[in-house]
Amino acid sequence: MSGSFNKEQYHVLVIGGSAGSFPSVSRILEHLPNDYRLPVVMCLHRLRDKREGFKEALEIKSKMPVCEPNDKDLILPAHVYIAPANYHLLIETPHFFALATTELVQYSRPSIDVLFESAADALKSNVLAVLLSGANRDGALGMKRIHVKGGYTVVQDPATCSMNTMPQAALDLTPVDRILDLDRIIEFLIDLH
Amino acid sequence: MFNLPSEYDIEIELDDLNKLTDAVLTKYGYDFGNYAMSSFKRRIIMVLKKHGIKTVELLIQKILHDSQFFEQFILDITVNTTELFRDPSFFRYLREKIIPVLNTRPEFNIWHAACSSGEEVISMSILLHEEGLLSRAKVYATDINHAVLKRAAEARYPLRNLELFKQNYELTMPKGKLEDYYIVKDNEIYFDPALVSHVKFKHHDLAVDHHFFKFDFIFCRNVLIYFNQDLQNRVFELLHNSLFLGGFLALGAKESMVWCRISDKFEVVNEIEKVYKKIKL
Ligand SMILES: C[S@@+](CC[C@H](N)C(=O)[O-])C[C@H]1O[C@@H](n2cnc3c(N)ncnc32)[C@H](O)[C@@H]1O
Repeated sequence: MSGSFNKEQYHVLVIGGSAGSFPSVSRILEHLPNDYRLPVVMCLHRLRDKREGFKEALEIKSKMPVCEPNDKDLILPAHVYIAPANYHLLIETPHFFALATTELVQYSRPSIDVLFESAADALKSNVLAVLLSGANRDGALGMKRIHVKGGYTVVQDPATCSMNTMPQAALDLTPVDRILDLDRIIEFLIDLH
Repeated sequence: MFNLPSEYDIEIELDDLNKLTDAVLTKYGYDFGNYAMSSFKRRIIMVLKKHGIKTVELLIQKILHDSQFFEQFILDITVNTTELFRDPSFFRYLREKIIPVLNTRPEFNIWHAACSSGEEVISMSILLHEEGLLSRAKVYATDINHAVLKRAAEARYPLRNLELFKQNYELTMPKGKLEDYYIVKDNEIYFDPALVSHVKFKHHDLAVDHHFFKFDFIFCRNVLIYFNQDLQNRVFELLHNSLFLGGFLALGAKESMVWCRISDKFEVVNEIEKVYKKIKL
């Protein structure tokens, strides 16, 4: 890890991925301890009408509780939050969420850009973001904004994912701090604890 | 749908937003000062891009000098998306559990707060009609936005929405066919005027206006998420004042009363469908 990296700087971990990154997310959650220091806030693309099942599927592997927040719910450490189907999930202040049903962004609702940009605005350099594999360009603008505000950015190595449009789009748009394969991402996130 | 920002390259400071909401309040009496900041900011950026306006300062000038532009501005920054029988399980729940309670009252009053283009109103009218209670309902439907209120009163929607409307309706344990309630003309769905003829459509701003009537049932769905907690608290008080004791309040699927100051004056009737009942004055 580079000398300037100070893990205490980061107050929230945001993760973006498409439907295909579900197995990767599940593996990440399997490895994070139940008293993880950070809140884990995730936006995964999902089917519009599928309201049930997603949270339950992630709960099987996760050691932390998994929730789909209601509007204005508190953001707590050692919790996993996933954006509800058909809502954008935003970080309103460092302490609580907001939801919105505004139009699709990058053909998606929830959209990773919306989550990441709101995180960058609310938490500035206290955000650590991970962008996983996916088949569209959602998340690239969000990564850029987090980078600009001084947060830390990690992209899944496009050479190691089956759908690499999403990580590649981010790399084309903005400098990032790390490009790692899934196993290294997991190690990195465990080290943050 | 609007063009979305291709790049998030306009930087807006909190200060700019405050100047904007102050100007709007002073000139037009609308108070956006307590909207949830994260999504409000995105909306303003979208408006700037849509009209090719470079700074918030210029947007303020345009709003102050062009009241027609201001009407468009309101339409742009508010979120009007809605559906017939949005969240079908909610309407099914109303049909099975709440309408029987209303049925015990000789007449009852319903308020659709933030009704948008009125799909929610028509959904409820269809339910009441199918359960034989429509003639006993006194209904108000309100919104901040004149353009959507007009559309709601006309009960007229783009044909492309029909498939979704039908799918939703089918999930509410319907007693009829949706076809019985509308005709199609020139690529638009026209609902039977009898479904809205008893409804009073009125302009009402949840951020500044007061209670105007007492109700047995209030819908206030998918608008509170655009407000910050201060404004949510104001609205909950307004809704509380507008309900009879024992009256019901329905919120949107992901809205919650947990954090509100007066949550102890309500009882949770159904946590999943977000139906609450006023139990204290
Ligand atoms: C997403 S729609 C909700 C429509 C419907 N209730 C539903 O759940 O489908 C939100 C509506 O809230 C209205 N709105 C926004 N701010 C408002 C305010 N301060 N007072 C009243 N209505 C407001 C908007 O104009 C918009 O029509």
